[in-house]
Amino acid sequence: MALIEVRELSKIYKDGAETPALRGVSFDINEGEFTAIIGPSGSGKSTLLHILGFLDRHTKGEYRFGGKTFDDYTKDEIAHVRNEKMGFIFQFFNLLRRTTVLENIKLPLLYSKIKESQWDELALKAIEEVGLSHRVHHESSQLSGGEQQRVAIARAIVTNPSIIFADEPTGNLDSKSGGRIMEIIDKLHEKGNTIVLITHETYTAEYAQRIISMKDGLVEKDEKVLSRRHKFIK
Amino acid sequence: MTISYSFKTAFRGLKTNKSRSALTVLGIVIGITAIIIIMSLGKGAQNLILGQIQSIGSKVIAVAPGRQPKGPTDIFSTFTDSLKQKDMEALQNKNNVPHLSKIMPVVFGSESVAYGNDTYRSTIFGVTDLFAKIYDMEPSEGRNFTEEEIKGYVDVVIIGSKVKEELFGESDALGEKIKIKGKNFRIIGLLPQKGQFSFLNFDETTIIPYTTAQQYIFGIKYFNRLIIEADSEANVDQTVEDIKTTLRNSHNSTDPSKDDFFVETQASAMAMVSTITNILTLFLAAVAAISLLVGGIGIMNIMLVSVTERTREIGLRKAVGATDRNILTQFLLEAITLTATGGIIGISLGAIISFLASLVLSKSFNLDWAFTFPVQAALLGLAVAAFVGLVFGLYPARKASRKSPIEALRYE
Repeated sequence: MALIEVRELSKIYKDGAETPALRGVSFDINEGEFTAIIGPSGSGKSTLLHILGFLDRHTKGEYRFGGKTFDDYTKDEIAHVRNEKMGFIFQFFNLLRRTTVLENIKLPLLYSKIKESQWDELALKAIEEVGLSHRVHHESSQLSGGEQQRVAIARAIVTNPSIIFADEPTGNLDSKSGGRIMEIIDKLHEKGNTIVLITHETYTAEYAQRIISMKDGLVEKDEKVLSRRHKFIK
Repeated sequence: MTISYSFKTAFRGLKTNKSRSALTVLGIVIGITAIIIIMSLGKGAQNLILGQIQSIGSKVIAVAPGRQPKGPTDIFSTFTDSLKQKDMEALQNKNNVPHLSKIMPVVFGSESVAYGNDTYRSTIFGVTDLFAKIYDMEPSEGRNFTEEEIKGYVDVVIIGSKVKEELFGESDALGEKIKIKGKNFRIIGLLPQKGQFSFLNFDETTIIPYTTAQQYIFGIKYFNRLIIEADSEANVDQTVEDIKTTLRNSHNSTDPSKDDFFVETQASAMAMVSTITNILTLFLAAVAAISLLVGGIGIMNIMLVSVTERTREIGLRKAVGATDRNILTQFLLEAITLTATGGIIGISLGAIISFLASLVLSKSFNLDWAFTFPVQAALLGLAVAAFVGLVFGLYPARKASRKSPIEALRYE
């Protein structure tokens, strides 16, 4: 069974005039799959990611996550799914300023059912995975852009979610830091996480197994990546 | 999220803007401090007055001429001449007031007292020898009046410590003669220093036989008060009724609404004082509470600013799994933490200031003023502070909790 099932999904922004962002999109994403969604700005890829990540609501069509329709989730259940099953990585990191790396990573745990006594251990394990153990007690604003994004990844994986949504994770970084971030995301995929990556760079998209190309709110192409980028690095 | 972690988060949120939080709290601190000071001093004043009334003795009944004052404009009606010698004689009759054990007429006024070239404006208190027992005020030097001196219009005087000090300084006063209204009085007794005693300061008083005072000082035939002692506490109420009936008969009246006298007991005086001081304290506390309202609006204002500033943080928290309730709790706790901190500081500050004030009052006015920490007011203050946080924090917190996560994350 697919983890994500999308059927004729559309989203219309009503801001005075009606602006369609998605105009009937359909696809499935299986568990453990690494999918990149690419397209020029205005193609609807970010809107799609927000709907998939339960951050926004579609206007028409059907979205099933884990076999259950979005409309069947209550408000609190939506919050719990975001907390337990989904991890988010944003283009602008979205870390809490004047707060230490450790506290930033612990943030999702605050809202989880995990006992407080385990928080530190889980957060330290997550920070180790992104290779920032030496920065645990620094304030997030003292870190470089690449390091901040690694903290954001650690925060996304701390509750051990099944799916990770990454919205232009390298968009605000130089190519070297960006490469490092993609390696970490690739490693998460190898460990079994489902990854949905939004990017406008074909180069970055080629880390994925599958690329969905969007244009004007529609799926233009949906194809397998024959020569994945990480193969070259290895 | 656990409660302890919620508080930690709230504290961290407030610490980010230390000076802003401190200034916001100030409004609450001032409000609570003012309330605590007013409550504490009000209670202190009440205890002082009640203590003095109590020390007169629970068997003491005072009869005053005129109608009982019902309001500020009524005050002059008390100065009438309705209590006369025949009234006293009627009251002394065992058939009229069987439980009367002592009766003392009182006349008073203000006159200059002179010794040599020194003069002093003193309260002249015309009484009988019973005053010492009724007011628990035996002369510390010399003696009390004798019955003969009262009956014989004798020119003898007992003076308060302040009068003695003003006229004689350190030198001996006993046996000396002082002049009141051109008449010489021989000092037979000196009162110990006592300080303000309810509405009377015995230190500044010159005490003479009431007969002498009526005849030579004030030139009147009536009394300003009749002080009566019942034979036992249990008989006070009955005695009050007997006094009223006797005086109405003596004044040929039957209608209680036309009484030209009024009777006060220790209990009624204490009840009246309690009522007055309670009302005054509550009124002042209510005025002080307005500053709490202003402080509360300040809290709401700052919380609204904070919610707007932290829109992205709210979006992020929701994205990682915070429910609406989590966000609401976080911002409410911040508001309550602010006001409760203000409450605790206010209570401490109020207690310290009240304590110092009670020290100053008792030292400089020679009062038996005891510091009372108003525990109830302190608890109430803390509850009110937290309540203010809850009420004024609710609107901003609801606003925060209802933000859509994606719109909050997009906020610039």
